Amino acid sequence: MQILQVEGLSKNFGGLAAVSGVDLQVESGEILGLIGPNGAGKTTLFNLISGTIAPNSGKVIFNNEVISGLKPHAICKKGLVRTFQSCKTFPGMSVYQNVLLGALFGSPGKISREQADVETREILEFTELAELSDVPAESLTLEKQKKVEVARALATKPKLLMLDEMMAGLNPTEVAESMELVRKIRDKGITVIMIEHVMKAIMNICERIIVLDHGKKIAEGTPEEISKSKTVIEIYLGE
Amino acid sequence: MDNNNKLKKIIGPVILVLILAFMISLPLFAQNYTIILLRTILMYVALTLSWVLFSGFTGYTSLATAVFYGTGLYTAGVLNGVLPLPLLMLCSGLISAVLALIIGTITLRLRGIYFAIFTLSSVELIKHVLNWYEINVLGVRGHYVTRVDYGTVYYILLAIVVLILITTYLIKRSRYGLALSGIKSCEEAAVHTGVNATALKVLLFALSAFFIGMTGTVMATGMLYVDSIIAFNLNYSFFPTLMAIFGGMSSMFGPIIGATVFAYLQEYLITRSPDAYMFIFGLVMIITILYLPDGLVGLYVRIRELLLQKAIPQIRRKISGGKHANTAS
Repeated sequence: MQILQVEGLSKNFGGLAAVSGVDLQVESGEILGLIGPNGAGKTTLFNLISGTIAPNSGKVIFNNEVISGLKPHAICKKGLVRTFQSCKTFPGMSVYQNVLLGALFGSPGKISREQADVETREILEFTELAELSDVPAESLTLEKQKKVEVARALATKPKLLMLDEMMAGLNPTEVAESMELVRKIRDKGITVIMIEHVMKAIMNICERIIVLDHGKKIAEGTPEEISKSKTVIEIYLGE
Repeated sequence: MDNNNKLKKIIGPVILVLILAFMISLPLFAQNYTIILLRTILMYVALTLSWVLFSGFTGYTSLATAVFYGTGLYTAGVLNGVLPLPLLMLCSGLISAVLALIIGTITLRLRGIYFAIFTLSSVELIKHVLNWYEINVLGVRGHYVTRVDYGTVYYILLAIVVLILITTYLIKRSRYGLALSGIKSCEEAAVHTGVNATALKVLLFALSAFFIGMTGTVMATGMLYVDSIIAFNLNYSFFPTLMAIFGGMSSMFGPIIGATVFAYLQEYLITRSPDAYMFIFGLVMIITILYLPDGLVGLYVRIRELLLQKAIPQIRRKISGGKHANTAS
């Protein structure tokens, strides 16, 4: 079953076509990698899908429902949630509060405070943040802050999670831990799309990879196919 | 330790109830002048708390207080004698709230300074539209307002202040309090976590305007006459904002103390040295912004920390000194 279909999605900033005519399909339960050089339009694509900005043309269908044009909070409630490239936890709030906010407001339908509390603790346990519950989010290391962001996203009970450079700036041990976490998330039945520059991670955990360049999709395939693709090699290494 | 915490939890409400009881019984023995002075102070406390209810929670600096306060004053003039005071208050509260819904829907997508400037100019816009209407369409300027005695006004304002405090407390404790601190610290992340930030901000703006409008209507009864120029005075936008900054917004006491000290200072200076009044006012603000980023409450916290830092080593020294004495003997 396809959980997400993107059809002919385009966005211009002035004269620059940041994303132009991108089509993509995401199968339920897979881990899809999104790569491409800087400025290829990866984050813009995330912004378009998650409702941060509206597309100039094209549409996004999530769970057999057109979601392009909806506000971000509504899209989040439908089960599509994202994290940010420049980490956006809530400074001044504890790790627990960060995640609780997701549980209270992000999940579809209304939930009681008690239930939100139980779910928050489960997710803090799942992401190995339980010991840091009461710590202010901004005082954590980058790796932990990124984890808090993922935990907050998970608290909204997503069907599809979009991770924007979750591993950028992390050391090899932390990258390995993050890869493990992404696998664990997928095993819970959550589909994952990840933008990533850490090739080792992408090649190891993604079942399928899409390559963007200058706003266009230029290649798609298994990690094996992508690593052998001539166009991709040209873009990354020059001719 | 447990007892200590319990004591701390009880002590706040007990002090509040004592202050409230004192304020309620005050008109029985205080001089008339004291009540009039307290009326002004309570008015500023109400405006400042209402301002903090929106701007303190969301981090959006609103300078539209004068719009809603002016609406309250002006409505009291237009509907004078038509409705009894409680209904009149409700009516102008609702008109202010509707105005806030309109202004909020248009402007709350703006951030930072743009929002502040737009709200500021909305004061001027409404003032001059009404002024034009009075002169060119009605042909009559201004409205009379029937006087209500100071004691009654005092009690009504006290009730409004208590109502705002309870509302603030309830919102702070609710899930919406958490959502609002999310909006304040990172709005983009909040909306992507399922918070309908626009709706929440606009509704809170309207709630804050509701209280401001009611306060305006009560205060109009002491003015006898209002017209658009008197009602929509920009100072009503600036003073509550400055008072909140002066008092500090990290606790509910900050705005109350800020408004009280400032309103008293205003009353004192304006009678004794009206020329120096704005000068001293400005000086106090500059000092606050430069040296007291969290206002008087911040100052209190800093002094307490300093004292504790000094006190703890002394106590330690005493304890360790005692041990030495023991080992020596």
